[in-house]
Formats: sequence, C-alpha cells, structure tokens
Amino acid sequence: MIGNIDMSLVDWSRAQFALTAVYHWLFVPLTLGLSFMLAIMETIYVKTGREEWKRITRFWMTLFGINFAIGIATGIILEFEFGTNWSNYSWFVGDIFGAPLAIEGILAFFLESTFVAVMFFGWNKVNKKFHLVSTWLVAVGANLSALWILVANAWMQHPVGMIFNPDTARNEMVNFWAVLFNQVAVDKFLHTISSGFLLASMFVLGISAWYLIRKREEQMAKKSILVAGVFGLLSSLMVAYTGDESARTVSKVQPVKFASMEALYEGKNNAGLIAFGVLKDTDKKIGEKKVKEFAFKIQIPGLLSVLTGGDRDAYVPGLKDHISGNEKLGIVSTAEKMQRGKYAREILTSYIKSRLNNDSAQISAIKGVFRDNDFQNKYFRYFGYASIEKPEDVIPNVTTSFYSFHLMVVLGFLFIMIFSVALYLLFKGTISDNRWFLWIALLSIPLPYIAGELGWLLTEIGRQPWIIQDMMTVSKAVSQISTGSVITTFILFAVLFTGLLISEVSIMIKQIKTGPKH
Amino acid sequence: MISQLFLQHYWWIIVSILASLLVFLMFVQGGQSMIYSLPENSTQKTMIVNTMGRKWEFTFTTLVTFGGAFFASFPLFYATSFGGAYWVWIAILFSFTIQAIAYEFRSKPNNVLGQKTFDFFLFLNGSLGPFLIGVAVATFFTGAMFTLDQMNQVHWATHWYGLEALLNMRNLSLGFAVLFLARINGVLYIINTLDEEDLVKRSVKALITNSIPFLIFFLFFVICLLFSKGFAADPMTGTITIEKFKYIHNLIQMPVVLILFLLGVISVLYGIGITILRKSLSGIWFSGAGTVLTVFSLFLIAGFNETSFYPSLFDLQSSLTIRNASSSLFTLKTMMYVSFIIPLVIAYIWYAWKAINNNKITEAEMNSEEHKY
Repeated sequence: MIGNIDMSLVDWSRAQFALTAVYHWLFVPLTLGLSFMLAIMETIYVKTGREEWKRITRFWMTLFGINFAIGIATGIILEFEFGTNWSNYSWFVGDIFGAPLAIEGILAFFLESTFVAVMFFGWNKVNKKFHLVSTWLVAVGANLSALWILVANAWMQHPVGMIFNPDTARNEMVNFWAVLFNQVAVDKFLHTISSGFLLASMFVLGISAWYLIRKREEQMAKKSILVAGVFGLLSSLMVAYTGDESARTVSKVQPVKFASMEALYEGKNNAGLIAFGVLKDTDKKIGEKKVKEFAFKIQIPGLLSVLTGGDRDAYVPGLKDHISGNEKLGIVSTAEKMQRGKYAREILTSYIKSRLNNDSAQISAIKGVFRDNDFQNKYFRYFGYASIEKPEDVIPNVTTSFYSFHLMVVLGFLFIMIFSVALYLLFKGTISDNRWFLWIALLSIPLPYIAGELGWLLTEIGRQPWIIQDMMTVSKAVSQISTGSVITTFILFAVLFTGLLISEVSIMIKQIKTGPKH
Repeated sequence: MISQLFLQHYWWIIVSILASLLVFLMFVQGGQSMIYSLPENSTQKTMIVNTMGRKWEFTFTTLVTFGGAFFASFPLFYATSFGGAYWVWIAILFSFTIQAIAYEFRSKPNNVLGQKTFDFFLFLNGSLGPFLIGVAVATFFTGAMFTLDQMNQVHWATHWYGLEALLNMRNLSLGFAVLFLARINGVLYIINTLDEEDLVKRSVKALITNSIPFLIFFLFFVICLLFSKGFAADPMTGTITIEKFKYIHNLIQMPVVLILFLLGVISVLYGIGITILRKSLSGIWFSGAGTVLTVFSLFLIAGFNETSFYPSLFDLQSSLTIRNASSSLFTLKTMMYVSFIIPLVIAYIWYAWKAINNNKITEAEMNSEEHKY
C-alpha cells in the first residue's frame, strides 16, 4: 500500500468499474420501481377480479422480464470487481464491507430469484393469492438488495462503526447498527429507491402516452397512467425530500464534496443557493488547481445558509476553508491533515517493523498508542491523507460535481410537474386530446435515466480522490495486476454491455409495438 | 462464549455448503452445455432451454451469495484470489453474465444478435462456467502463485494472473470432473421434469456417455489428491509446512468427513445407476444430494484440520488458512446471527420450487406459455 502505483492502472480500473456501474444503473432502477407497480396492478386485479388488470400486469411484466436479467448480469460483475480490481481495498475494509454484500445475497437475492420464477411461470400453476404474494416479494427482495449495497456504498462515503487493527492492517467492524443506520445510508437508500420508483413511473407513463398518440390500447394506457401518475408523483416528491436531506448530510460528512457541488470556493455567511449557473475558467488558483467562477448565475439569496446551518447568517465553508483551514470554525487545514496522516502511517510502519523484529516492548507501547482515543481522533482518522501529495488534490472535479448536481435537481422538479399534469389531465378526461403533453411524456422517458446517472456521477466523482472518505485513496486500493489485462477486460465488457443494451432496447421497442396479448 | 476459532470453522462450513449447493445447481449449466447435442429438433431444444431457464436464477444467486459470504467471512481470500487470479475469475464472471441475458433474449423478436448467438452464449456458459469453477476450486489443493506483503496485500508472481492454473493436470481434471458432473445432473433433471418420451430416452444415453469421462476425471483427481503433499498449518505459530499425504490424514482424522465423502460418491453413482438400470426418474435427487455431500466434504478437507485452503506456491508462508484469512470476531458473530435465517430461505425456496415443478413440462405448455425462453 505504501509502494508506488501505476496511475494508468488506477485510471483503467476506475474506468472499468465506472463502465459497469453506469450500465448497471441503466437497468436496476426500472426493476426497483416496476416491480412495485406490477404488485400494485396485480393487487387491483386480485381485488376486483377484472381480467383487464391481469392483462395490464402481464404486459408490463414482459417488459420487466426483459430488463430484469441484464440488471442482474451487470450486478454480479460489480460485486466481484471489488475483488478483482480493488483487492487492496477488499482487504483493508472487507471486514465491514463484505457483510452487507453477504446479507444482500442471503436476505434479498434469494427472495427475489425464488419468487421471480413464480411470478413469471406461476400464473397457471399457483393460486391467485400465492402469485400476488410472490409478485410483492419480488418487489421487496429487489429493494432489499438495493438497501444492502447502498449501505456498503454509504460506508465508503462516511465510514463509521469500525476501528483499525494494526495486527491485521485493516479496519474492523465494532458496531453493525452504526453501519446499517449510518445517516448517509438512510438518505441514500430512500433517495435511490424513490428515484427508481420515479423512473419506472416515467417509463410506464411515457409508453402509455405512446399508445394514446397511436390511438391503441387506450383503456390499458389510461389505467397504466393512473398507476404511474400517482406512484410517480408520490415518488418524485419523495425524491425531492430525500435529496434535500441527502445534501444536508453531505454538507456535514463530506464538506469538500458539498462545496464542490455548489462551486463554492470562498466560504460566506448568507450564502445563496445556485438555481442555475454557468462556470468559467479563471487565472486564480488553489495550489496548482485552477479556480472556476460563475460566468452567469441565478441564485436564491441566503438559502444555502438556511438549508445547511438553519439561518441566513450561518457560515457555509468554501473549498478554500477546507484547504487552508479555518481556525474559527475548527476546520483543520489539508496540509495539517497530511502531516497527521503521515505521523499515523509512521506509527503503523514502526509497529510492523517491531512485529518483524519480535520487539515485544515496542509492540506493547505502540498498541497503547493505537488504543489512545486522542491518537485515533486526531491522527489516525487522517490516515488516508498520508497518500495525498498536494493539499489541492483533495478537491474533486468541481465542474462535473456542480453540473451533475444542478442538472439532477432541475430534472427532479420537472418530474414533479410532469406527473402532476398527467394526473390533472387524466382526471379531467382530456389526456388523450393533449397530444403535446403525450409527446412530452414520451420524450421524457430518458430523463430519469439521465438524472440517476448524474446522481451517481456526483456521488462518486465528488468523493475523489477517496475510495473511503479520508481513509484510503483510490490509487492505494487498486489490485496490482497488469494494466494490459484491465484494458482488455474493459474493452471486453464495453463491447458486451453495449451489445446487450442495443439488444434490450430493440426487444423492448418490438414488444411495445406488439402490445399486450388479447 | 463463542470463540473466533469456532466462528471461523462455522463460516467455513457455511461457505462449503454454498459451494456444494452451487455445484449441484450447476445442473442448469450442464443442461445448457448439451443444447446442441441432446435435442433432436427445435421443440426439444426449446423444452430443454425452458426447463433449465426456470432455475437459472438459483444458480446465479447461489454464486453471488457464495462470493458475498466469502468476502464477509474470509476477506483475505477474496482480496488475494480475485485480485490475483484475475483472468480465471473474469472468465467465470463473463460466462455467467452472458447466461443471464441469453435466456431472456434468445426467443424474443428483434433481439439484434440472433437466437443462434444467445444459444451459443448458453452453451459457452454451460461449458466454461462449471469447468472454470472446478479449476478455481482445485487451486484450494494445488496452490497458486502469490505473495502477501506486510500490509496483507497480494502480489501475483506470474504475468498470467491465474491462467497458469490451466497448466496443472490436477486442476484440469477437477475442472472436467465438475463439467461432466454438471452434465450428468443436467440430464437427470431433464429426465425428472420433462414429459417427452424421446428426449428422456436420449437423455439416458447422454447420461452414460457423460458418466464415463466424469468417473475418469474424478478418480484421477481424487487419487492425485490423496497421494499428494498437502499444506499444513501450525495452530500455535501459523507456520505453513508441506506434509505428505495431508489429505489422507485429514480424512482419517475427520472420520465424519470421510463418511460424508463416501456417502456422497455412492449417492451420485446410485443416482446414475437407478436411472440407467431401473429407468427411475428420481436419479437427480440422489445424484444431487451426493454432489452436495461430496463437494461439502472436499471443502472441509481443504480448510479444516489445520490445513491451508489457499496455499501459496511462491511464498509458502503467505498461504491462507481459515485462521489468518478470516474476518474479525465481531463480524463473524454478526454474520452468524444473519445466517440463522438460512433455514427459512431454504424452506421458501423448497416451497416455491415444488409449486412450480408440481407438473411436468410438456410440449403443449411450451406452445401456450406467454413467458417462454
């Protein structure tokens, strides 16, 4: 871990993981949301006994099936890539990170995979109620699996519930509940699954709109819009609420990411919330990194201070505060953190040497240091900073963070409007006549996908250079394999995933054009 | 007071159970590997694909859970093997990725790549998946080329990153044994679930032709294993030494494992025998149970009785044991509580499996089924 790292290996390993994650997230949200919508539709069928609801359920189930398998396929690669491409990371935090992945398999995947077979093939083999329960369990299983993987991801953003063990040179879990109920995990889970619900709702709304445009399957389309409209509106409101909560948490636990996503270089009181802005390069620098400025912005005065600090006068720290430090606010400078991190690393190196030399007195003395809370809180918590070369390296890509965040927020508000209008027109009975809206609904299908990817872009780019916030940089986490191997597998997976995506979209379009079976 | 050593053994048992279930459930892959040779016409092919296709998620999920459980309980193995034997694991992953979508896409109109491509994906996964998993598991006995530094981080000693395992005859023999076992279980499952006389007859013939190579490869592996040197760990110091006949010693010193192993092998042979000789339809249950017992006992002799379950051929003292590769006491204990739910999981899988398999799959069902692969 202390040795030199080939940066091109790190970059390709990141590219491969990002590729897999981006493709995975193209398929999973639809599974998360559509599974619940299927359960709702089938519940209406079982309650009312009306065959048309069964037909509607089975139609959307066909599309669900096409999407389901590819989500699973990309998911397995993600899980194993932690080992294949990030083996140093896997050891350093496997004691904590592995548990949620194992629980995901035991509690969630089996639930999902067992009952998805009943859901697809059980229509004529099991009774109505058992089938309905199976459909609900698929939805619960899919969303439970999201819970555990998001708990794992949240821990990378905000590591809690562990202690470093110098004997094993790794972090070890000491509080499972702290890991599970990590504030970042709670926010992330609620925000992510509700974004999946939203996406699925837009998918159903958009396709139903297409049927109305083509004057086909009008009854099915209107009933689907009813479910999608209600589910989508509730989901989009939940997305907005949980997004706000999530941003507040980020401001506390990942303040550098927060300042980057607001492009806030200078901290200030009465800080405004940027509603819209365009960034431009300047000649100013923090260290060797160029500072961005707004070429144009629309902001709501004071709102950022209110949202993060509770009142307009609250001071919101900027990137410069985090790099140079702010004594008044108790913010330690990055240079100081780097010093402390290096000291912690020296202590660890001494410990390893003492063990090799069987120097029991020294071993005992250093163990005492590791048990000391002061050492843990003031020094070892900055262990990862020992790998940082320049203070400004802890600033993530501001342009990407800023635009991905703000575009996602704008889209989030657009979704609330679209679902509201859909429900209004549906209840008014004029939705079929408003072709302009039907086209908007149809063309909006890709937007939640874009919003979801932007969200993950912000989450992961905004966390850089860390793989585990403040504890381990991405470059130290990578597996020591040849760059050529990773490049080869990157190309292999890129071709495979792209081919599968094209196939899926093509099959999906054909099934939609064919429509439900009569 | 539960000790860490107890939990290390407990979790090795859980991982072993998952591994043995995975090998049994690879009857799905075994069936896939025969989609070109077993059916006589396209209807029979559709029936085979749909029979296997209704169970592919179980195999897939078991593989994922096996990986997750290994990560949680023995993270040093996860980091070492996956991070070093890169190409073996990537090839396994690749083969399972193309399987998942092949079922869902193969018969759908406008699937771009064409049904033949997706059928080839099924064949590739069916052949490559069990073989490579067999090779990977064989390295638990034959070792791998790695070293761990002071921070327990892996450095692979060859530029083949795992592919060198394919040059070892013992690894290859277990790979082929697992492949042919999967094919045996595949045909036994087809015999059990399909209502198609001609296909059942062809399956019995295929059972014979697959049983012979299975026995050859399996016996070769077992004989080599029993007479080979093993990697023993000193429980006090953790020092790894080479021990002659280590795995025979393990079987003698753990008679229960020996009995499980023999029962497993006999049960597999019995399942094959009653199908060929008595035209029984229940061979899969005997062969399946036998597969689980055999693989389970092999895993136990790999990891129990102070044995290194992932020996390093490059740096003997970097070898992994269940003691030095495990998670902390706290994590193992937490995960143990989670594992208590496993009987419930097995119960609902059994219930749902029975509900779907109540009636045999017929040609008529293939023609009427809306969700057809």
